[in-house]
Amino acid sequence: MKIVQHIGKIVWLSVSTAALVLLMGLSIVLGYTDTSIQTAIDAFTSFDGSNEHIIVQSIRLPRALIAASVGACLAIAGVIAQSLTRNPLASPGILGINAGAGFAVVTGVVIFHITDLQTFAWMAFLGATFAAITVYTIGSYGREGLTPMKLTLAGAAMAALFASGTQGLLVMNEAALEQVLFWLAGSIAGRKLEMLTAVLPYMAVGFLLALLLASKLNVLMMGEDVARGLGLKTGLVKLTAGVSIVILAGSAVAIAGPIGFIGIVIPHIARKIIGVDHRWLIPFSGVLGGILLLAADIGARYALMPQEVPVGVMTAVIGTPFFIYIARKGFNHS
Amino acid sequence: MRKYKSLRILGGRISVLTEKKAALTITTLFLIMGAAIVASTGLGDVKVSPMNVLNVFFGGGSDLERLVVTEFRLPRTIVAVFVGMALAAAGAVLQGMIRNPLASPDIIGVTGGAGAAVVGFLAVFSNESNALTVSVNWISLAAFLGALLTASIVYFLAYKDGISPVRLVLIGIGVSALMQALTTFLMIMGPIHRAAQANIWITGSVNGSNWGNVQVLVPLVTVLLLTAFITASKLNIQELGEQLATGLGGRVQAQRLFMLVISTALVGAAVAFGGTMGFVGLMAPHMARRLVGGTYGALLPAAALIGGLLVLFADMIGRTLFLPLEVPAGVFTATIGAPYFIYLLLKTRNS
Repeated sequence: MKIVQHIGKIVWLSVSTAALVLLMGLSIVLGYTDTSIQTAIDAFTSFDGSNEHIIVQSIRLPRALIAASVGACLAIAGVIAQSLTRNPLASPGILGINAGAGFAVVTGVVIFHITDLQTFAWMAFLGATFAAITVYTIGSYGREGLTPMKLTLAGAAMAALFASGTQGLLVMNEAALEQVLFWLAGSIAGRKLEMLTAVLPYMAVGFLLALLLASKLNVLMMGEDVARGLGLKTGLVKLTAGVSIVILAGSAVAIAGPIGFIGIVIPHIARKIIGVDHRWLIPFSGVLGGILLLAADIGARYALMPQEVPVGVMTAVIGTPFFIYIARKGFNHS
Repeated sequence: MRKYKSLRILGGRISVLTEKKAALTITTLFLIMGAAIVASTGLGDVKVSPMNVLNVFFGGGSDLERLVVTEFRLPRTIVAVFVGMALAAAGAVLQGMIRNPLASPDIIGVTGGAGAAVVGFLAVFSNESNALTVSVNWISLAAFLGALLTASIVYFLAYKDGISPVRLVLIGIGVSALMQALTTFLMIMGPIHRAAQANIWITGSVNGSNWGNVQVLVPLVTVLLLTAFITASKLNIQELGEQLATGLGGRVQAQRLFMLVISTALVGAAVAFGGTMGFVGLMAPHMARRLVGGTYGALLPAAALIGGLLVLFADMIGRTLFLPLEVPAGVFTATIGAPYFIYLLLKTRNS
């Protein structure tokens, strides 16, 4: 790789990674109980059992890690989803993942009366996977296999079907609405570190798959026929892409509930900054996604202190102005 | 996309064949619509047989039948049909203009804005005991204004030497997300009772429609639908893309604004009386496309009829199947529509 040619991209990637680390630090320090950086460091080096130390270790640190990894997963899944469907409006939700997860969780609450977040997570993952497999199967039915158009339409239809199921259950059951409303808005508050460690291996696999796919996606973006002519096994690439979306977005939704905005918006912002080469786009989107979710999560603590705002609300509040700016700056030609 | 365009060009050359088939499909949809309207006015707690319904339509029937049919069920049925038609037609226009199969009324921020306006309305005009301090009818106005205002914001933000579809939808997505965030925020901050009330509205329901609603909705939607239909040929050209459309002599920017205004007004009218009903605006045009092909002269009426049928059936199921419980129609639009659409998707193998 010619370093000079990529110097701008390297700078962007390093600066944003530094920002990500900084925000993680802030996320640990800031909040209802303000702590200093010194206290935060002490909490790990010389833990003394004080309230501050416990908060840092058991609440703030998991939260910062979860925000960073969930944001990264959603953004990367978004990049792959948009490339796979060749549609700028696509998001991980296009495979029905969010809708499937939402439906599974609400079903769990209404029918099996589950209440704890851990079970929510498993239900969500199950629902997401089930929905994605259904959408993928429908989308690849027929002689020509998976086409972006069929996948998109099948995804939109199935997502609507699952969402209507969720709505139906909630409209008929006000108590369940109260329980899951916060979850449905997307939140990373109150998650234990174990929840992250449980899905971290999946996230890692998804991330690796995404990186392996990067150069193949570049070829696929030239169009199906060209890609096949160049010797790309398009069927395999598309299947792998689908699998990585499910793993990434599925584990994200399992921990944090359906956070829709990041997966659709971050890929656009990243593409505008670093270009369309997936080898750069995927890691950079991941970093940006982490940054947005961390910033939103910190904002969510302060917006209505001492109450917390769901982080899904804050991602839109923080991300939209920037997104509109980017959208206005670029895209001069239809 | 490519196959789609060539089909359109072929349609121009051997127009008789395709149009005959499309006309047949549209006539069939019309007949189904008529039957569904009769069925819808007959079904419910008090059942009226189809013959008696027709009897009432022509001035006969017993007092009870007249009351049930004309006062309760007919306005509701008409509102359901027109809400569905408006949403579907708006979706078809937007998909043609934006040239993206995922375009729907949601994407230009209209439904999000209406939702936020209604939840805001409920929050502002509720007293301590959660009762509304003003008439519930004002909700329609709030929704309509919210839809219009948000669409104007999106248009204003997306304007830069004209409107480019990609920029329009991206900004629409952003603004919609913001509106949804606002809606969620208001729902979570308020009492759960209000959240439930808002949730019903957001799901979409035509419960409580009266003749007053019909008097506003029907003329408005009829005029808009006719305008959209008359200008349908412009959509065929728009769908070819900006450069071709300009080359063919279309005033692309003016047409875009015009289509945007029409679809916004359609959706605004629909959400005002039916809430933010999902699925119809996005999927009804796709169903129509698979039934009658892609020329807008046939697509628009077919999409509108399918949309109307979807909402009407959804409402029928919602108010009869779970008696005495009332389930909002919006719950069932996708429940009925999605399986049928997937069937169409699997049946028509486009290669």
